[in-house]
Amino acid sequence: MNLTSLLNALPGAVAQGLIWGIMAIGVYITYKVLDLADLTVDGSMATGGAVCVMLMLNGVNVYLALLCAVLAGMLAGLMTGVFHTAMGIPPILSGILTQLSLYSVNLAIMGFKANQGINVTKYALIVSQRNVREFDLSNPIFTSLIVLALVIAALYWFFGTELGSSLRATGANGAMSRAQGINTNVCKILGLMISNGIVALSSAMLSHYQGFVDVNMGRGAIVIGLAAVIISDVIFGKLFRNFALKLTGVAIGAVIYYIVIQVVLWLGLNTNLLKLLSALIVAVFLAVPYWKSNMKGGRGRA
Amino acid sequence: MLELQSVKKTFNPRTVNEKIALDGLSLRLEDGDFVTVIGGNGAGKSTMLNAIAGVWPVDSGRITIDGEDITHLPEYRRAALLGRVFQDPMTGTAATMQIEENLALAARRGQRRTLKIGITRQEREAYREKLKKLGLGLEDRMTAKVGLLSGGQRQALTLLMATLKKPKLLLLDEHTAALDPRTAQKVLELSEQIVAENHLMTLMVTHNMRDAIRYGNRLIMMNEGRVILDITGDEKKHLTVEMLMDAFAKASGEAFANDRILLS
Repeated sequence: MNLTSLLNALPGAVAQGLIWGIMAIGVYITYKVLDLADLTVDGSMATGGAVCVMLMLNGVNVYLALLCAVLAGMLAGLMTGVFHTAMGIPPILSGILTQLSLYSVNLAIMGFKANQGINVTKYALIVSQRNVREFDLSNPIFTSLIVLALVIAALYWFFGTELGSSLRATGANGAMSRAQGINTNVCKILGLMISNGIVALSSAMLSHYQGFVDVNMGRGAIVIGLAAVIISDVIFGKLFRNFALKLTGVAIGAVIYYIVIQVVLWLGLNTNLLKLLSALIVAVFLAVPYWKSNMKGGRGRA
Repeated sequence: MLELQSVKKTFNPRTVNEKIALDGLSLRLEDGDFVTVIGGNGAGKSTMLNAIAGVWPVDSGRITIDGEDITHLPEYRRAALLGRVFQDPMTGTAATMQIEENLALAARRGQRRTLKIGITRQEREAYREKLKKLGLGLEDRMTAKVGLLSGGQRQALTLLMATLKKPKLLLLDEHTAALDPRTAQKVLELSEQIVAENHLMTLMVTHNMRDAIRYGNRLIMMNEGRVILDITGDEKKHLTVEMLMDAFAKASGEAFANDRILLS
């Protein structure tokens, strides 16, 4: 175990963390703002990349391809939203149904191949692993930070508007929202669409970063997203009150997650066991509020 | 004007838990009527309010407000006409949002929610004035999360939210039942004041017979999903709790059964 190899791996961990941080912000919107656990993301985390890569391979401009990726993600969110609101299916199950269907959809988009490569020397990718140690504007860390800032700014603006406030109200108290004339079903659908649009953007960037899109690249995305949200809650919960800061905290949470993963791998953990480790860590952190409320003298859950 | 025409609602139909909650309920309220509603356990008081609010569809019958048939409108659409305060102080407000944000949400009841800013500076000033009138010191805590407020404060805030945009009908569903007696008294007085100021048509469910007699210009008693007693004007002014109990026994042929009423 030499320290240099760890240090060498860190820029990559940070870049990946930032890209997954964008995804985690999408998870934050459903999980924390809307109070829905949306498993669609495991599917849409591959859809965005699939759409973006396939369009670019067919000669479409990179920004147009990114936009289409976002729209595809929003469609996935719409599907989950319709399952949940119009068909009365519980949100978790709705997400699972969409996620499953997206596996086929993603394969279809990729011409029924499990993965599709895209070469950075031939295509104008916005981020690439190859430049992770460059000290210039081509560094994926730099680009990811800019995209993150734009996403956070846009969400900060949106959730301050009348419409955005009604989404927050829907998540905070559905009965009250309906009593105040808010169509909570429309709000849930809209929130799911925004969330999955952001996830798809992250997915497209990840496929640029790694130079390929894989039909399985979204597997466990929800857990990584939750991990980032929870890490941010634990570390910055008391510190960050402002909505924009909270979103920033989530992105930092994802970076921390990837650095921890890098360290664990450096310590010699078998890569194949990573998902088990992630799931257990997230399970423990999810249990903390419950344990706290059951402790002697705890205030209980409101 | 509110009109209910033979409204029926059965919960869990065709099961062992079948419960006829509203059994052909008919009721008519004129503008400015402040009606108190009492009745035994499961008489259909809250069910009536939920039917008007559209929490679920009714089985049959017709509900109109000012001639507009709202029987089949979804809950969020009817909200434009209604102000509601609930029994549980948690229900009426969004705990994780600020006091001023809650008010801003209520101020837009019945309007399209656009991409305009959610709360303007002028609004803030208007809310500060309205909160000052409540006399609870909330005007200095406008950016505090509502979850930090006491039950009484939350009910007062919900009352303000329900009437910020003047509703055609105010529905108060045992809105003081979860409060301690002194706070309950204050919230009731506040309710009466707001109703009087805005000449609001109001339905107030209460489990306290004395309150039912003291407030409003009309009192109805419900039993088994129907109105069995309707008292207005001078007759209501001279009511006593004993007279109500007798009237109930006569109208329903059984003794009055509501633990909370008997204990209060």
